[in-house]
Amino acid sequence: MITALIVMAGLALVLGATLGAASVLFKTQGDPLVDKIDAILPQTQCGQCGYPGCKPYATAIAGGDADINQCPPGGDEGVRKLADLLGREYKPLNAEHGIEKPKSVAVIDEATCIGCTLCIQACPVDAIVGAAKQMHTIVADLCTGCELCVPPCPADCIDMVPVAETVDNWKWRYPVFELKVQPATLPAKEAA
Amino acid sequence: MLSKLFSFNGGVKPDPNKSLSTREPIARLALPPQLVIPLHQHIGGTPRPLVSVGDKVLRGQRIGAADGNVSSAVHAPTSGHVVAIEPRPMPHASGLSSPAVVIEPDGQDIAIEREPFDWHAAAPGEIRDFLRDAGVVGLGGAVFPSHLKLNPGKSGHTDTLVINGAECEPFITCDDMLMRAEPGNILRGALIMQRMLAAKQVLVALEDNKPEAAVALKAAAQALGHASLEVVVVPTRYPAGGAKQLIRVLTGIEVPHGSRSTDFGVQCFNVATALAVWRALEHGEPLTRRIVTVTGNVERPRNFDVAIGTPISHLFAAAGLKPDTDKLIMGGPMMGIPLPNIDAPVVKATNCLLASSPTLFAPPEPELPCIRCGECARACPADLQPFELYWHSRARNFGRAQEYKLFDCIECGCCAYVCPSHIPLVDYYRYAKSEIWARERDKDAADSARERFEFRNWRADREKEEKAAKLAARNAAKPAVKPTDGAGDAATAADDPKKALIEAAMARARAQKEAVAAKNTDALTPAQQAQIDVAEERRKRASALSGSDAPAE
Amino acid sequence: MYNSPYLRQNTSVRRVMVTVLVAMLPAIALQVWLFGIGLLLQIAIASATALACEAAMLSLRRRPVARALGDGSALVTAWLIAVCLPPLLPWWMIVIGTSFAIVIGKHLYGGLGQNPFNPAMLAYCVLIISFPALMSQWPGLQGSDAATQLDWVLGGERVLDAVTGATPLDALRTGLLGNADVSAVMQSAAFGHLGGAGWEWVALAWGAGGLLLLALRIITWHIPVAFLGAMSLVSGVAWLIDPSHHASPAFHLLAGGTMLGAFFIATDPVSGATTPRGKLIFAAGIALIAWLIRAFGAYPDGIAFAVLLLNICVPLIDIKTQPPVFGHKVEPPEGGTR
Repeated sequence: MITALIVMAGLALVLGATLGAASVLFKTQGDPLVDKIDAILPQTQCGQCGYPGCKPYATAIAGGDADINQCPPGGDEGVRKLADLLGREYKPLNAEHGIEKPKSVAVIDEATCIGCTLCIQACPVDAIVGAAKQMHTIVADLCTGCELCVPPCPADCIDMVPVAETVDNWKWRYPVFELKVQPATLPAKEAA
Repeated sequence: MLSKLFSFNGGVKPDPNKSLSTREPIARLALPPQLVIPLHQHIGGTPRPLVSVGDKVLRGQRIGAADGNVSSAVHAPTSGHVVAIEPRPMPHASGLSSPAVVIEPDGQDIAIEREPFDWHAAAPGEIRDFLRDAGVVGLGGAVFPSHLKLNPGKSGHTDTLVINGAECEPFITCDDMLMRAEPGNILRGALIMQRMLAAKQVLVALEDNKPEAAVALKAAAQALGHASLEVVVVPTRYPAGGAKQLIRVLTGIEVPHGSRSTDFGVQCFNVATALAVWRALEHGEPLTRRIVTVTGNVERPRNFDVAIGTPISHLFAAAGLKPDTDKLIMGGPMMGIPLPNIDAPVVKATNCLLASSPTLFAPPEPELPCIRCGECARACPADLQPFELYWHSRARNFGRAQEYKLFDCIECGCCAYVCPSHIPLVDYYRYAKSEIWARERDKDAADSARERFEFRNWRADREKEEKAAKLAARNAAKPAVKPTDGAGDAATAADDPKKALIEAAMARARAQKEAVAAKNTDALTPAQQAQIDVAEERRKRASALSGSDAPAE
Repeated sequence: MYNSPYLRQNTSVRRVMVTVLVAMLPAIALQVWLFGIGLLLQIAIASATALACEAAMLSLRRRPVARALGDGSALVTAWLIAVCLPPLLPWWMIVIGTSFAIVIGKHLYGGLGQNPFNPAMLAYCVLIISFPALMSQWPGLQGSDAATQLDWVLGGERVLDAVTGATPLDALRTGLLGNADVSAVMQSAAFGHLGGAGWEWVALAWGAGGLLLLALRIITWHIPVAFLGAMSLVSGVAWLIDPSHHASPAFHLLAGGTMLGAFFIATDPVSGATTPRGKLIFAAGIALIAWLIRAFGAYPDGIAFAVLLLNICVPLIDIKTQPPVFGHKVEPPEGGTR
């Protein structure tokens, strides 16, 4: 009886010490789940999810406060990835937070811009350059298309323009083959 | 003497169909009324245009300067006038447009005065810069800037320089005809490359279905009398002309995807590239022309010596496009890309223009399910399991496709060639690859956006702190100013002046615009007046909005 | 829209399947010649059932019926079922087996190319578990007249007499259970020169058909060689240790479904391993388990069970035996990769 107690107590002590040591030795910095969620989010920083940026939304998802279908820029694929990561059921995008749109960038009509700097302050990713009373320009490569600069503009000079397809970002299409093979279009004849 | 040839796994033996276009010698094609010279014709940065609309250019004049070292220049193929610099349709599967310099030849073909360059005395670095500015890129199809590859790297020397004249793809004969026409200069170019790479041996390799070219090259090699230069005839098997496969056949070395072959002591260039190096260095001629095979469903298939920028329609007109053509292809029947636009220009990568008809290349039978028969794996020269790649690409499971080494696929088409289920396997790989690239671009953009967002938040926090500190300091220094005000008032006080400033700026802008407008409203056409009215309307709307919406923000 | 390669070899699934059917003809012809027309009836019933089930399932799944029926895969399944069953089964058993193979074994998993299990072996296992007695009656070499065979297949009264008998494997296991030793059992009528009376010639005909498939590059050498090699090895070792309780390798190679299994069943690409090393492991595994079932199990032949067991292992085998990709066979030199 005594022996059994001693053995069990000793075992508990050893295991407890091991676990304690492990928790100190392999301590993780920050919350890895939040970072994993954040890595899936598109970093548009648009706030459509109801949180001030992607990281806060990621934190809210990890904490169970937010659902996974609140990010329109991430789109359907983003929801699926989140569902995969978190082992949750996929659900379609919540329309309350907006709908999935083709990726766009903001463009300032430079003739109308009054140089008020309001858009610069609104831009979450520092994609707008310009100074007070100077015309502003949006660096298209840095713009995430969050649309946050559109409402503050007093001169209504910012437009959202869908990103055009170029030779560099063109993608091969998913091969879909019709059941019946149709004659291909004839570029030669069209050109003639 | 190279005593032993190696072999690569897989490969197929399609009907070569090469004799179609080798009956006639290379013909020099007359200049078209307009040349469209795309600025971006190679791997790397897009060159900056050096000319503007209306400029007169001369043959060989540089019209686009290399953008950084991983880039290459472009040149005018003849003298004439620049009539436009604008996006034009490209010979690309997308049919989309890219910036191009449009030149109208003046018919005089006056060459630009050459800067003398003594390559015998120049240092390798200087030669590399010269080749970059002469626009010499790989002419086998990959159009990688050649000067970047002409560098022996850390070790300072190379074992083997391979000059690739294998030209394994059916129908294409431009390298074959070039080797028959100018074997000596190809080899001289190869010897320059050998010097730059400090290569121990030069192997000029071609498939055994080009006996005439082999004879010509061997005679030229004998005449040059270099012991380290050897012409090697390799067995015909597609894709023996793939750089990795050819290196494997000649040296037994397998260069993995993502590695440079120089790290393995081997470097490989196309025969036409060797000739372009020779011409650039010996004659000061930049790369402005190339040989293009025009074949398939045409009346007079043959090879043309063409100015780069010539519209493809011009070549097909010369070869006589048959009326039942249903499709145009740039490249060969195994790896060629569809050409949606016949007016796209010939570029440095254009080795072959192939007209297809339903009788020549029958449309594929309907796709059936994969039965995992493994024919594709037996045909794959990269030792992949194509059906696994297909499986995951089709399911859009890109991570798994990459685990099965999707990016080691060279898209040679052997798998689809042998597939009994008629699955367009390569289309699935192309789709998966471009999706993965797009995702990588998105991910890079997202990472940089995250960084900037975090930096901006950090900056905002710091500014807030600084402001608070300043305010505290001021309050401490001037306790007499409204000591009864609380923190809330301080915040509005900080906000209000800003709003006032913006209002002032708007007012100033209005005043300024009105002032400016007042100056030139004397003699207005009705059209101008209408335009001004629209602008005024917009301005009014904007100020109305700024009155109502902006302060609410 | 289709892209390169625009050139394609003249080949099709139908061609592959028809070649397999042609390769089966020598053994079928020999079996009919030696044991009567029962097999032909069986093939006819199985083929009709398979095509009907295939058509029904395709239209239920809204797939183009004519094209998929034309690929010939249902016929291959049907013929394999017909040849692996005892030749004089009542027609309804063949219908049950074949429809099980096509409906449950093939289409419920997604149709051609998707089935994890060999459909023919599924049918065999379902029948041997459900009707063990009928599944162990094989006709003897003397044979019965065509009318009797027809009557039996159509479900007539079965009289157990001289024309039926146990297969050699069955006789062997019954004999061994009765404490006889191998050489004594081998004296009985069921046994011919090597395998069983007449059956060894049919087995050799399967081997000949298999060589035809090899020559036409429909199958690779890996599976037959590993299968027959492993079967010879394990049975040979056991035979050397205890010849009185274990039959010789020659017997095991020519008895039961060894040859049919090695060349026609285990080589089914859809449910089999696909990598070269994987094929060796897959086939050797089948042979090992089949021999274990023959030597120690409750069923006379174990090829079908062994095939199904190894079918389950295929994904694992394939993942673990991926051949090295071009350029990844040896570690690149230092600084070689980016």
